[in-house]
Amino acid sequence: MAQNHSAQKNNHEEHHEGHFIVPANTLKNVAIALLCLTVLTVATAQLHLGWAAAPIAFLIAFIKAMLVMSYFMGLKFDSALNKLIFGTSFFFLAVFYIFCALDALTRIKEISTL
Amino acid sequence: MSTGNHSVANHKRHFAHHFRDALHEFLTSKEGVWLFMATEILMFGGLFVGYFIMHQRYPGMFSEGASHLNWKMGAFNTIVLIISSWTMAKSINLIQTNQSAKANTTLIITLLCGLTFMVVKFFEYKAKFEHGLLPGNFFHAEEFEHANLAMYFGFYFCMTGLHGTHVLVGMGLITWVLIRNLRGEFDTEYYTPVEGVGIFWHIVDLIWIFLFPLLYLVG
Repeated sequence: MAQNHSAQKNNHEEHHEGHFIVPANTLKNVAIALLCLTVLTVATAQLHLGWAAAPIAFLIAFIKAMLVMSYFMGLKFDSALNKLIFGTSFFFLAVFYIFCALDALTRIKEISTL
Repeated sequence: MSTGNHSVANHKRHFAHHFRDALHEFLTSKEGVWLFMATEILMFGGLFVGYFIMHQRYPGMFSEGASHLNWKMGAFNTIVLIISSWTMAKSINLIQTNQSAKANTTLIITLLCGLTFMVVKFFEYKAKFEHGLLPGNFFHAEEFEHANLAMYFGFYFCMTGLHGTHVLVGMGLITWVLIRNLRGEFDTEYYTPVEGVGIFWHIVDLIWIFLFPLLYLVG
């Protein structure tokens, strides 16, 4: 019941912003930005930057992902609840990764037969 | 949207009896799609975590694996998916702004982009099969440096295979909304399925944004 109540309250709050339209111009600009960032990813990969290559590639990928989520998926204009739902999946993915990495990095070294 | 539309929607639009009004139904459907998206992140996330852990353990082997991939094909497919994401978002914008007929064209372009992606993927897979660059026991390449190179192709085929499956499913869903749009079922007041399919299609793009540098560039 309590859940039901909070869901209703939430929908009431969203009434004004239930539907939103992402402007066509914004969509075009985001697409251009994504294409430019893809060129940038490929260009930096050709420079063979050694240890810095991976962090740079993933930083660009992160920016691209934020653009897709915010504008194409419209999360920037969406309800707090939908943002929370999607954000939670990334939080638990981070928890999953951190504990796996802790395990992998703190084991006694041995030579794998793989 | 204006509040006027909303009250019109209440009277004109059919919605399931357990919803208060059409907007309530729209918001609930969308929330369901976002819950589904959260499970998508967790499903692909498992593969990404596996990749990072194994990459940290065998960096040389992963780098050799990546050298067998054609980054030009990967980059081309990245561009194709970005364009398809844009045309998908544009389709929703067109329907929302009372231009549903024009959305047919952008939906068809989105479909063609999905098809292009899969055709490129087919040629990439074909080359891997020909060279015996396959996962686990199926691995039978002739010249390679790292004894466990088959592991890289295990990751490669699982990640791109699951992603490719999503592209195919997405294409099926886009065909479905395209048929419904051709029948004139969507307008400024009702476009819930297009919105949901759009979010699904964007997550396909979102995952590829990470897969491309991970598999093709960094290795």
